[in-house]
Amino acid sequence: MKYEAVIGLEVHAELSTQSKIYCACSAKFGADINSHTCPVCTGMPGALPVLNKQVVHYAAKMGLATGCTINRLCKADRKNYFYPDLPKAYQISQFDVPLCENGEVFFYVDGEKKSCRLERIHFEEDAGKLLHDEIDGTVVDFNRCGVPLIEMVTKPDLHSSAEAKEFLEMIKTTLSYLDICDCKMEEGSIRCDVNVSIRPEGSQELGTRVEMKNINTFSGAVRAIDYEVARQIDLVEHGGQVQQETRRWDDVKLKNTVMRTKEDAQDYRYFPDPDLIAVEIDDDWYGQIQSEIPELPIARYERYLNEYGMTAMEARQLMDSVSKSDLLDAAAASGKIKPKAAANWILSDISKYLNDKEVELSDTKLTAQKLVDMVCLIDSGAISGAAGKKVLLSLFETDESAEQIVERLGLKQVSDEGAILALVQEVLANNPKSVADYKAGKKNVTGFLVGQCMKASKGQGNPKIINKLLAQELDKL
Amino acid sequence: MELYQKTAAELSAMLQAKEISAVELTQSLLARTDAVEDKVQGFVTVTREQALAQAAKVDEKRAAGQALSDLAGIPMAIKDNICTKGTLTTCASKMLYNFNPPYNATVVEKLAAHDVVVTGKANMDEFAMGSSCENSAMHPTHNPHDLSRVPGGSSGGSAAVVASGAVPISLGSDTGGSIRQPASFCGVVGLKPTYGAVSRYGLIAFASSLDQIGPFGRSVEDVAMLLDAITAHDPKHDSTSVQTPFEGTTRANLRADVKGMKIGLPKEYFGAGISDEVRTQVLSAADTYKSLGAEVFEISLPLVEYALPVYYILSSAEASSNLARFDGVKYGYRTPHAGDDLIALYTKSRSEGFGAEVQRRIMLGTYVLSSGYYDAYYKKARAAQRKIRQEFAAAFETCDVILTPVAPTTAYEIGSKTTNPLEMYAGDICTVSVNIAGLPGLVQPCGFDENHLPVGMQLIGPRFGEQTLLNAGLAFEQASGLKNIVAAL
Repeated sequence: MKYEAVIGLEVHAELSTQSKIYCACSAKFGADINSHTCPVCTGMPGALPVLNKQVVHYAAKMGLATGCTINRLCKADRKNYFYPDLPKAYQISQFDVPLCENGEVFFYVDGEKKSCRLERIHFEEDAGKLLHDEIDGTVVDFNRCGVPLIEMVTKPDLHSSAEAKEFLEMIKTTLSYLDICDCKMEEGSIRCDVNVSIRPEGSQELGTRVEMKNINTFSGAVRAIDYEVARQIDLVEHGGQVQQETRRWDDVKLKNTVMRTKEDAQDYRYFPDPDLIAVEIDDDWYGQIQSEIPELPIARYERYLNEYGMTAMEARQLMDSVSKSDLLDAAAASGKIKPKAAANWILSDISKYLNDKEVELSDTKLTAQKLVDMVCLIDSGAISGAAGKKVLLSLFETDESAEQIVERLGLKQVSDEGAILALVQEVLANNPKSVADYKAGKKNVTGFLVGQCMKASKGQGNPKIINKLLAQELDKL
Repeated sequence: MELYQKTAAELSAMLQAKEISAVELTQSLLARTDAVEDKVQGFVTVTREQALAQAAKVDEKRAAGQALSDLAGIPMAIKDNICTKGTLTTCASKMLYNFNPPYNATVVEKLAAHDVVVTGKANMDEFAMGSSCENSAMHPTHNPHDLSRVPGGSSGGSAAVVASGAVPISLGSDTGGSIRQPASFCGVVGLKPTYGAVSRYGLIAFASSLDQIGPFGRSVEDVAMLLDAITAHDPKHDSTSVQTPFEGTTRANLRADVKGMKIGLPKEYFGAGISDEVRTQVLSAADTYKSLGAEVFEISLPLVEYALPVYYILSSAEASSNLARFDGVKYGYRTPHAGDDLIALYTKSRSEGFGAEVQRRIMLGTYVLSSGYYDAYYKKARAAQRKIRQEFAAAFETCDVILTPVAPTTAYEIGSKTTNPLEMYAGDICTVSVNIAGLPGLVQPCGFDENHLPVGMQLIGPRFGEQTLLNAGLAFEQASGLKNIVAAL
């Protein structure tokens, strides 16, 4: 029998607010153990939470960007359970009235447009971290306690690990477009739990689902899903039944093991947090949030395909980087250069520079205006394409304009036909053997002669004109 | 007349006139504390050295001509569930027997700014759960008017140390009557403010939606003076804190005038279950109001009979979550018997650290929040709470204040109700609805029973009706002369 996988995801993303969700401590990653703590986030007796409204703002942005309805009057609920990384022994989360509901995320898989519905997006606080040490035992670091999170829960609309991966990539790209998450996977900024079930192909019923935890990367999600789908099919093929349970993925051993079964599922005893009051998003605030939603990645991608005539690969690479595609759009908006030309520069030399130096575009001094000016200089023949690459290096690092760099480096292209003709004639006079070869039918010496002309012009001769005049002079012989 | 027999307002005048120094006053009241504490046992911790150092600072400031608060140099006690930085704050529980908070409650910060002298932390029922102070893990507190009897609870220590003359004023907290019932049993004045009027930041939570810090004193004026010092909007630390119209001004606006005031007597509060002596005394207070020109009439609050179950469901539900943080991991008591087993660390620390009443409420609260029972208990209780609020709101369309008894009886013998929790819970019948509706309630003495035990009366006001309550209280206090009652010990 053929089976279809049915996959749903629960994605957690840390929001990049300055301070934590319920106290004034810094939410920054990487500080000394327990240095970003206070009575509130360490759960001291008597300490009380006060909501950081920026969290609601950011969470609502994600909601609007994914087509969700925003619940304008939202509340926080307590999720009660004991664990040493949870100092209050309850997590302040949202239960029956999440901030955002009923959204949909679109993405492409192998050129085909797909979508996955979002059931909800709610905000909550992160827990601390247990640091296990063989000598000192376990240390609890509360720095992460109270770092704001959004949890995005999908409908079971995904049917392969590839779809799950593209969905996750689109979530990540959207978060970075909205500038609400730093998306550093290695710091745990985005984490996900995966729900997997299988059913006979063609069936509309949902099978028994298994939840998998401890998935830390998107590629890990792919491996975990592939493993679990295969495990379930194997189980069913051999007459077994899938049990509703939570399994822990081990990305080193590449297998999962049972964490808890349905029987010992926890009762979290959710109830409204009496320490907090309802937050209302009024019309002004809602309007402000709406005004901050930029062009979304999928729209940008489709525009690059349809309006700029890019390949899927080019459009995808540009969409993935909000800073690169912003640069492209700003350059194209000048109307002075072809978008495709700007895209070529961005995807080749600019990307290479950023990769080599391990920097972001915003760390350099390159601007759209500078890029446009440089490309215009090439288009007008003022500099050669090769000179353009040299200019670009300075554009990253200095405050000079493209013209100033061309001037300083002496890269201005010579297009004066009289001067170039003199140069060509001199090269021919100095290379009698090559000329003789040419006459004998060895046409391939032309390349060598062009190189000699470029050298004689100190690289500033316009290659088009050199080629033209050289051909003309050789023909005269 | 000894210093311990004077009210805070009288002592404040003496300090300002430099008839006494703050150090002299503090020494004098610490001496009174030494003389009576063996019998009353109202304190968990007496902060003698800190108090004297604080008093010396006040004297220096006064000598330097600095402008000082009326409360500067006045000794007081603070209930032991309010966090005082560096001073033991135990909630009268083995669970927090060694807990020194790293921060001050907002009210403690406010009082420090007023240069109040804190002489100690007052005893209470463990985690404020109880009505007799017998649930303290430290020791029971005795009623200064009859040492064989309870002082009430949970703020029994705060009430007793004011009644005994150890301090003129103190802070308590009230979740279902924990300020008002001990005020009644000890013959002092106690106010439970409107929910949100006083910041809860640093008050170790019992039931967050009901808890409220409030003042004790032996006169309405003293209570107003302390209320003025602690009332403040605290948006940075307490989301449920609100701006009040009376912040810092109730003492200045005190008027002993009830002419034309409409006073409702809800018949449900005077029925069976209320002792004849209590009923008689409160009704005679109503007559006093009539003679002072108030309009007194009967009203009905039929939903009050649901207040007790609603209270015990909501308060226990919140408590079960609020007290989960006491898990032996971060602070307080940790079992020595857990080995490397995390679950054993939790269960044993909690079973050994919490007393029986606290464990009972945690179990009750856990039950009512459990899936399958949530709708039947917690959700229904919240719905009933809304109805009770509406009923009070409607009542305040016809009256300015509501006059009721505080407790069914006067102070009872220590040990007489400890074996029957339900009987103990029933004693809260007159007070819990005020918390459920978030209203202010003032309690003050209105007479004595045949055993010479104080009988209290309760004035309930609408939201932010504190000034009206205090004015009505002052009018009765002046007419009855029942003011500044210090127990003879």
